[in-house]
Amino acid sequence: MALVEIRDVDKSFQRDTQRIDVFTGLTLDIDAGSFTALMGPSGSGKSTLLNLIAGLDKPTRGTVRVGGAEVSAMSPGQLAAWRSSNIGFVFQSFNLLPVLTAYQNVELPLLLTRLSGRERNERVKIALDVVGLADRADHYPRQLSGGQEQRTAIARAIVADPTVMLLDEPTGQLDAKSSQEVLTLLQRLNNEFNKTIIIVTHDAHAAERAKTILHLEKGDLIEKPRVAAAAR
Amino acid sequence: MKYVQLVLANLGRHKLRSILTIASVALALFLFASLRSVTTTMAAAAQFGGARRLVTLNATGLVFPLPLAYGNRIKAMPGVTGLSWANWFGGRYGDGKNFFANFAVDAESYLALYPEIVMPADQKQAFLQDRTGAIIGDRLISQFGWKLGQNVTLQGTIFQGDWTFKIDGVYHPTDPAIGDNVLIFHHDYFDERIGRAGIAGWYIVEIDDPAHAPQIAKAIDDLFRNSSSPTKTGTEREFQATFATMWGNVSFLMSTIGLAVVFAILLVTANAMMMSARERTGEIAVLKTVGFSDRLLFTLVMVEAGALALTGAAIGLGGATLLYPAIKFNGAGFLPGFKVATSTLIIGALVALGLMLASGLVPALRAARLPIVQALRKVE
Repeated sequence: MALVEIRDVDKSFQRDTQRIDVFTGLTLDIDAGSFTALMGPSGSGKSTLLNLIAGLDKPTRGTVRVGGAEVSAMSPGQLAAWRSSNIGFVFQSFNLLPVLTAYQNVELPLLLTRLSGRERNERVKIALDVVGLADRADHYPRQLSGGQEQRTAIARAIVADPTVMLLDEPTGQLDAKSSQEVLTLLQRLNNEFNKTIIIVTHDAHAAERAKTILHLEKGDLIEKPRVAAAAR
Repeated sequence: MKYVQLVLANLGRHKLRSILTIASVALALFLFASLRSVTTTMAAAAQFGGARRLVTLNATGLVFPLPLAYGNRIKAMPGVTGLSWANWFGGRYGDGKNFFANFAVDAESYLALYPEIVMPADQKQAFLQDRTGAIIGDRLISQFGWKLGQNVTLQGTIFQGDWTFKIDGVYHPTDPAIGDNVLIFHHDYFDERIGRAGIAGWYIVEIDDPAHAPQIAKAIDDLFRNSSSPTKTGTEREFQATFATMWGNVSFLMSTIGLAVVFAILLVTANAMMMSARERTGEIAVLKTVGFSDRLLFTLVMVEAGALALTGAAIGLGGATLLYPAIKFNGAGFLPGFKVATSTLIIGALVALGLMLASGLVPALRAARLPIVQALRKVE
């Protein structure tokens, strides 16, 4: 059974008097342990699809299941609790809280758990170690480079050991070197820690690091999943 | 407790703004506590005074004197066990910035009627035998650095000229109504200097039983009803209350100003909180994405508002409570026993809670109801 099951999903927005259909009857399966890149031009619905999987948005019709849980049927309160333990989300612009240190930013998802302070401390240290920022724990975001900020955001995304990691243009604001570092890290998380990863990207080089590339155009899945060249 | 760091970090985001907001709340509640304490102290002062003492004034008003000849007639009335008289002097010391009450009394009878005025027996004796002597409350010693035996000169404001008195005694009042910053001198000397013997500012009448006070007061006033100077007699507590009611409109004004100040600060605080929440729209969306629930975010924003309001309240109300006793403030003697009443602290704390609700509710609801996707679209 697929980890992410999207069944016959419609998604439309109302803009003034105009109705904009993003998806119509979208059906998609994403397996556990996969590394999937969603590609497509702006407005094709990549981020909307990511938001639907994360439970940040609801489909107009159809169902979204992640790990057997019907995300599209949950209440806002249920979704918040579900997201805290099942979704690790990474944004293009990092979105770290500037008033918190790297350590405190990474600890945020764990505040929602019943873990003790000592257990939280252990997990945060492991997450920072995995992304190679153990020595930057006390640094504030303004004291980190873009690549380090994004790696901190990835540490925040993995610290609660979520079911799936969702990344929206994770290299969009990074230079080439930092992009490579982040992509290598994602590959490592997928290969060594068997993390299920879905990234949205415009960057073909970034997409090639994924095992599967999906093309979205005007809300349609126009290309079947295929094995990316880099993964062959 | 695990969220304390997050709340503190958010409050420290704009340190100056947080400090100014706390300072605004502290100042507002300090002013509120101070202004309300004037009213409560005056009301409490009306409860002071001996139950066995009546005060007889000129019915026209406190500033009009009574003939000294009334004294013997009052003293002869049934139920009257003692009598003394006094006159407001209104002298000024130095540049007059440090006002204190001073009045002339018939010393022997006055001290006999006021056992609350406590001083060493030898000092009392020295005062009774010294026609130009005076006794002072112990606060004046610390206020002006005066010493026992020293001569002090007051400038008369109602009764012109320099008036020099030797400090024969220093008393400590056991009743706050007496006042510990008062200078008392001999009525004989007063009469002699102004060359107008035979008048009294007011009479103090000691009676045998507080239960007889209404009848005796009425009998005194009836006795002089058709004279050239009709009287108005009441208990000493009523006399104190008269002072309080003289302040009636001022009390209302003070309460109104206090509330207006608090309301103005409320707007400032609410604005600061809303501004803070608006600036963090993106961060709140990120926290929601991480899994923070609407309820938790609502609580965190309210706790922030509460931290500002309650810290300010603690500083303002605590400051007022500690400051006035520390500097022994008594409003130049007009507000004996001045202190911040428990009721003022309770109302102040409720105002702070109201402030927290008013300033935190809108941003907290806004944070809780923030649609994640739209908010993220703005920051991404």
